[in-house]
Amino acid sequence: MDIHEYQAKKILSDFGVKIPTGGIVYSPENAENKAREIGGSKWVVKAQVHSGARGKAGGIIICNSPLEVADATDKLLGKKLITKQTGPEGKIINRIYIEEATDIKHELYLGLVFDRSSESIMVVASTEGGMSVEEISKEKPETIIRSKIEVAVGIQQFQAREIAFGLGIESKLISRAANTIIGCYKAFSELDATMVEVNPLVVSHQDEILALDCKMSFDNNAMFRRDEIAELRDKTQENINEVYASDRGMNYVSLDGNIGNIINGAGLAMASMDMIKLAGGEPANFLDVGGGATPEKIVKAFKLISMDTKVKVILVNIFAGINRCDWVAEGIVQALSKIDIKHPLVIRLAGTNVEKGNEILKKSNINYIEASTLEDAANKAVKALG
Amino acid sequence: MSIIIHKNTKILVQGFTGKIGSFHAEEMIKYGSNVVGGVTPGKGGMTHLNLPVFNTVKEAVDQTGASTSILFVPPAFAADSAMEAADAGIKTCVAITDGIPSHDMVKIKRYMRRYPKDKKMGLVGPNCAGIISPGKSMLGIMPGHIYKEGKIGIVSRSGTLGYEAAQQLKDLEIGVSTSVGIGGDPINGSSFRDIIEKFENDDETIAVLMIGEIGGPQEVEAGQFAKENMNKPVIAYIAGLTAPKGRVMGHAGAIVSAYGESAIEKVELLKECGVTISKNPSVMGETVKKVLVENNLN
Repeated sequence: MDIHEYQAKKILSDFGVKIPTGGIVYSPENAENKAREIGGSKWVVKAQVHSGARGKAGGIIICNSPLEVADATDKLLGKKLITKQTGPEGKIINRIYIEEATDIKHELYLGLVFDRSSESIMVVASTEGGMSVEEISKEKPETIIRSKIEVAVGIQQFQAREIAFGLGIESKLISRAANTIIGCYKAFSELDATMVEVNPLVVSHQDEILALDCKMSFDNNAMFRRDEIAELRDKTQENINEVYASDRGMNYVSLDGNIGNIINGAGLAMASMDMIKLAGGEPANFLDVGGGATPEKIVKAFKLISMDTKVKVILVNIFAGINRCDWVAEGIVQALSKIDIKHPLVIRLAGTNVEKGNEILKKSNINYIEASTLEDAANKAVKALG
Repeated sequence: MSIIIHKNTKILVQGFTGKIGSFHAEEMIKYGSNVVGGVTPGKGGMTHLNLPVFNTVKEAVDQTGASTSILFVPPAFAADSAMEAADAGIKTCVAITDGIPSHDMVKIKRYMRRYPKDKKMGLVGPNCAGIISPGKSMLGIMPGHIYKEGKIGIVSRSGTLGYEAAQQLKDLEIGVSTSVGIGGDPINGSSFRDIIEKFENDDETIAVLMIGEIGGPQEVEAGQFAKENMNKPVIAYIAGLTAPKGRVMGHAGAIVSAYGESAIEKVELLKECGVTISKNPSVMGETVKKVLVENNLN
């Protein structure tokens, strides 16, 4: 789960990381007042959307008066911001963060992730702040510092100092920088985060170490014990069909193609998408209805796919294990009696009681194309596009 | 021999009396697995499915001599149960539970480091289908009847894709020595490498089918291990050719976040290690057959 920049900053500041003074606003009037309240003579108006690369997309505006702050807020609020990461549909701007401008001396990069190879928390830092970590690895890989932290004992002062020295930070600021790194580590390890990224982390001309932009992601599996994080979810930043699916316990990812998929199991779902691509088609979605594929789940899945206007053909691929094909077939027949599907429908059943399952489908009055293997199903789905 | 579980392996069910635990315990017993009891804290002394229920794993191990456990405990309590199994001397624990936080998985793995190698539990999963040695024992949630007894080792992240492979092999009259589901989570108990090493050392297994997917370094690490240490042929299929970068595809671990983690990159890296690639999921069985013929193993 992702959260907004201002939310991540609040969390990090609770762990002792310094951030510029700022506040969240929902209207231009509100913004003007907030600017006066913050004081100073220069402000940054930042669109709060779940995406990086907001600056290049026009989502970050520097202002020299509270009136300019109000104008900039007016310009951004309610618009969709289209960045390199959001795709062409963009993301709606409902919240604006107003912040005092920072007098930047150096821009650094600081990130924390799980390292799946060593199964530890990895701190990644670079002197090249402001660039994405992918760009840094491509263009300035020699600047990257990596430090594996043993989770059983957590980060030590010396490890944080080593990173800070590695970033070329002046001696008098080393302990401040080290505390910033330790604060980020604590936030990561104590809140079930999966990613913390401060980019840029800046050294100001006033000798402060500040988190200027932050991103945090959290483990969805840990939300049962993180009410305070779960509350920060902003569904307006997510694909509407993906929200519908996740609220109903299904794994769904919206894609660009036109063949809708209903599959049981994440691996089989990915494999089916691959088969569609190999057959010359493009999947409209990834959808894993779960190993069980109960009739209720099948009904919900058909509802979900029928909400997607891109879909021209639907492919159902179920490998029934413990759950038998005859039950799955009954689920499909039930679903189709409740939802009107106008698109061609290709169904492939496999596993336990496959003959009985196909028999039930044939005897029903549903209009569908039967497929035997994964390959056959993908070929028939692509052919049905016409 | 099969790997990990055999005909007489004594099995405990952790989370025995719950709905899911009961259902799958019954399926396992029907298959012929030697389930000797279960653990549900607070329900010790009861009898469930005609088998004894214990309060602690230690007590259950003492009284039944079980060496193996399967875990159906809900996510919030699963890490605790896995560590309890490790401490009670369980040799292999299969965690079926889906939804264990990554931070908890790291904790379990650190906890297990306190045991010397010969006393250390092997954890398989979580979020997996479990293990089956066809005709001998089933320690999982798979449909047992789709597996034919034989000589191919299967190791898969995905449950249903592993079933797909077993069915394709059965249709070609090829059997399986043991099939292991290692699960779809980013941090898991046993890696591909851990399992293929066991298959290399198993007399009965003649070739290994590895079913991977996008995300993480494990498939490629296994490929490198195979290149340096294995004599048996390895066949692989990697799912997620069409998966977009940076998105989680159902399995928490199925996300491309670094170089070498996409399906195309994994396929290329595995080919360099001498692994035979099944170019699509429909020909996993055929590809195994072809490799067996080429190596005079059929």
